[in-house]
Amino acid sequence: MISKDSVAHVAGLAKLAFSEDELQQYTAQLDEILNMVAQLETVDTTGVPVTTQSIHLENVMREDVAVNDTDVQDLLANVPTKKGTLIQVPSIIDKEDD
Amino acid sequence: MNFETTIGLEVHVELKTKSKMYSPTAVSYGAEPNVNTNVIDWGFPGTLPTINRGAYSYGIMVALALHADITRHTHFDRKNYFYPDNPKAYQITQSETPLATNGYVEIEVDGKKKKIGIHELHVEEDAGKNSHEDDGYSYVDLNRQGTPLVEIVSEPDIASPEEAYQYLEQLRQIVQFTGASDVKMEEGSMRVDTNLSVRPIGQDGFGTKTEIKNLNSFNHVRDGLAYEQKRQIQLLMAGGEVRQETRRWDPAKKETILMRVKEGADDYRYFPEPDLPPVFVSQQWIDEVQAKLPEAPAKRRARYVTDWGIPEYDAGVLTLTMEMANFFEATVAAGADPKQASNWLMGEVSGYLNAEHLELKDVALTPAHLAGMINLIDDGTISSKIAKKVFQEIIKEDVDPKAWVEEKGMVQLSDPAKLTPIVNDILDNNAQSIDDFKNGKSRAIGFLVGQIMKQTHGKANPKVVNSILMTEIKKR
Amino acid sequence: MSYDNLDITKLHDQLQSGKLTAAALTAQTFADIKRIDPEIDAFLTLNEAAAKKAAAAQDDAGIEADKPFAGVPVGIKDNIVTKGLKTTAASKILNNFVPVYDATVVEKLQAAGAIIAGKLNLDEFAMGSSTENSAFKTTKNAWDHTKVPGGSSGGSAAAVASGQLPMALGTDTGGSIRQPAAFNGIVGLKPTYGRVSRWGVIAFASSLDVVGSLTHTVRDAALTLNVIAGHDKKDATTADLAVPDYTAKLGQSIQGMKIALPEEYLGEGVDPAVAEQIKQAAEQFRSLGATVETVSLPHTKYAVPAYYIIASSEASSNLQRFDGIRYGFRAKDVKNLEDVYVRSRSEGFGPEVKRRIMLGTFSLSAGFYDAYFKKAAQVRTLIAQDFDKVFEDYDFIIGPTTPTTAFKIGAKVTDPLTMYMNDILTIPVNLAGLPALSIPAGLVDGMPVGLQLIGKQFDEQTLLQAADAFETATGYQDAIPGGANE
Ligand SMILES: [Mg+2]
Ligand SMILES: [Zn+2]
Repeated sequence: MISKDSVAHVAGLAKLAFSEDELQQYTAQLDEILNMVAQLETVDTTGVPVTTQSIHLENVMREDVAVNDTDVQDLLANVPTKKGTLIQVPSIIDKEDD
Repeated sequence: MNFETTIGLEVHVELKTKSKMYSPTAVSYGAEPNVNTNVIDWGFPGTLPTINRGAYSYGIMVALALHADITRHTHFDRKNYFYPDNPKAYQITQSETPLATNGYVEIEVDGKKKKIGIHELHVEEDAGKNSHEDDGYSYVDLNRQGTPLVEIVSEPDIASPEEAYQYLEQLRQIVQFTGASDVKMEEGSMRVDTNLSVRPIGQDGFGTKTEIKNLNSFNHVRDGLAYEQKRQIQLLMAGGEVRQETRRWDPAKKETILMRVKEGADDYRYFPEPDLPPVFVSQQWIDEVQAKLPEAPAKRRARYVTDWGIPEYDAGVLTLTMEMANFFEATVAAGADPKQASNWLMGEVSGYLNAEHLELKDVALTPAHLAGMINLIDDGTISSKIAKKVFQEIIKEDVDPKAWVEEKGMVQLSDPAKLTPIVNDILDNNAQSIDDFKNGKSRAIGFLVGQIMKQTHGKANPKVVNSILMTEIKKR
Repeated sequence: MSYDNLDITKLHDQLQSGKLTAAALTAQTFADIKRIDPEIDAFLTLNEAAAKKAAAAQDDAGIEADKPFAGVPVGIKDNIVTKGLKTTAASKILNNFVPVYDATVVEKLQAAGAIIAGKLNLDEFAMGSSTENSAFKTTKNAWDHTKVPGGSSGGSAAAVASGQLPMALGTDTGGSIRQPAAFNGIVGLKPTYGRVSRWGVIAFASSLDVVGSLTHTVRDAALTLNVIAGHDKKDATTADLAVPDYTAKLGQSIQGMKIALPEEYLGEGVDPAVAEQIKQAAEQFRSLGATVETVSLPHTKYAVPAYYIIASSEASSNLQRFDGIRYGFRAKDVKNLEDVYVRSRSEGFGPEVKRRIMLGTFSLSAGFYDAYFKKAAQVRTLIAQDFDKVFEDYDFIIGPTTPTTAFKIGAKVTDPLTMYMNDILTIPVNLAGLPALSIPAGLVDGMPVGLQLIGKQFDEQTLLQAADAFETATGYQDAIPGGANE
């Protein structure tokens, strides 16, 4: 049973905000989905490797050659607010750089 | 109560590639904001990363230089967090299977050698840059976004701020000698995150650690850690408790200042990067990198001492930077006496560079010219006094010292056939000095040499003059 | 006149012979769209001016025999980026987003002469099975406008099935091409993972997403795959394998082929009438000289939970870039950065997308990763191994594409779990990275049933050959909404 508090915590990680009603609804739905997912517990996966990619590729790499092929003005075209070629964002409060 | 200190260092080093870690745009600074970016760097919908093999090779190179074990089967992982300089809201890094593990750096503190373990090294992408202005906005420049980094994580082996300083100094030197990075704190190509905890001696678990940020030089690291060490011990002695917090070093006030208290661990939700196939590092690949790995500074120092008789201290100075060491070796290779080459590099050359705030690459001096000048001194073509003039010329201009001294008429007069008549001429005219000499007044010789130098406008080789003078004077 | 439901080969013949010009065909296409689409609501954006210009250029250049797409109008699912043409993924968060580059599949189609007619509706970010999750409109099933077209490539399927286009690209993460193809009585091909570039495909679940086609015929699916398949330097997950001519084996006999029919695919939850059509299809294959035997894929029932964990986890990460900073929707009157993030995302994403972001974020979060993400990734291995085992003995697998025919609009939208179970027969294929296609297998109560063919990795060839043989034998593809094709 997933709690409303856990759902609120997860929403925080995902940068989503829910009203009290929504929170209630999402908690109920997630609970139902996680109950369905609980079937997986019955599968014995001892020693079974994970599959995170379905086809078996390896060492698909690029040589170190620099290519600049996009005009900065094109890249900036969808930016909601900008200054010169900088992206402008509302102030970053009480957070450190890097 | 006595305390012991545990320090952890995470060092980020920018790799000197042409293109970025996961996108082909140029790695280049000082450009107009966002000019060296493309749709991948911006995290545009539908874009995908690709692995820069050259960056990975550099990573292997650094790992080998730090005696680490290369992980053969690896994959990339995503580290998820929101920040404007992080356009995808995840950093592609290596978490589960880092590039290499189990390396070390050897340091020496108070004459004692100690190995500091390296827990792991992994490659990842750098973030862009945020700048904060007073207009209520922040600004994002993504030029740096995607620059290849190798992150080097130490084991909790560092027990004092001085050890941390030495570790960083050695690490910087070793990495610099691989040629994989510039490792310059002031330019941001080397960045250090630190954490420190103290515990009463004998206590099993580590104490609560604090993180210290804004350490922009090795001195700041040492000072910041020393301050923090003292602060924590005083706090504990006073019956207080250390909180898990991030503090920033204020170099002006010389103290650490609380930035934020950490509530629980960050949750980065790491998981394997589905957009990049795994990497297998073959023995052949390792061998290829190993073959290209330049000789480590410690090995070079030993070679200078044993092969060339350079004092240990001097060998240390010559290997502070790869530029200097390479220059020194090239000068020797160009035929200069190693000891002379070392003296010139540590003396005149370093003096000039320090005074002018320049680096070797900024001046016209070449190993061939330096060696040429040293040989002109050795074979008596120029005096050491003239050599200073020659040096002032060849450090600024790309001129051959031999051709230049000839052109300027600075070549010493060393031919006995030419000097002997001049010596006899002077002796003929200074009978009194000959008498003085024979009566034991050795100062008379100085006078006679001075006369000869005057006669030859300072070009006579003093050594040769001396020996001719002694021979000729005895004949009288 | 209308070219309604003509396939690409026939259109190409007419264009090549000069019976039809690309300009006339394009003009006709937009006339058809304006006539038909108000009932269907398949299109989100029309590319009329650019398409007409491109068509005229094709006429000028001449329609070459070896360029089957020259002058042929096609549609693109709106989660595939098109340079200069608005691309929304059917989300408010990309409301006004105009891409600055083309997806590789779009580039390839254009290079082959295809005319991009417009962008097609989908479930927001391809998350859904009914196209009801679009932020902009609900597309209707071409056969019954009160029913869903399936999803998430519902716009692509309905546009083709309603005779507006001969081919539309879709994407398939858990059945998003095959299920709407089945619901609309057309051919939907999901190639092997890594066969077609994902560069320019707005990621839902990176390890599952595949671009494929929705067409009237198997031959058109083969023609499309000929164009879009292949290694792409920009997509490291594409296989560096040669692209065969996928039409080469069409028309060849399937005598002696060994076909597997998993018992789990006709089990609980599958409409008996649908199951009956599939059994008849098996008989049809037997009559074509193939053998059909019952096999077991024992981990099938775990595919849905494993899929929802894996797909949602990847999606939660992939969708973090929609943060209101560099492009897309930014909430108004924001106070600070946190506000930009939280409000832009909360106002920009629809409920199903948020649900999956929440599930995925939870599955990856500290303390839950092993029990959820890792467990699901292990079960994924077992599901793939089930298939490997069957493919040791069989050439391909058949089964229904969906447990039922298309359902009513609104019937499942409030019940996510029931909606998820609709994909039980298509999801295992994505988890294993296999190629699969859905072809029409007759009607139940006037609604199309889809037959799914599942192949070995990179063996699209065999699937196309078998599906073509089935199509030729049955003629089911000739059934079109509102009556037979004349
Ligand atoms: Mg890292
Ligand atoms: Zn890092």
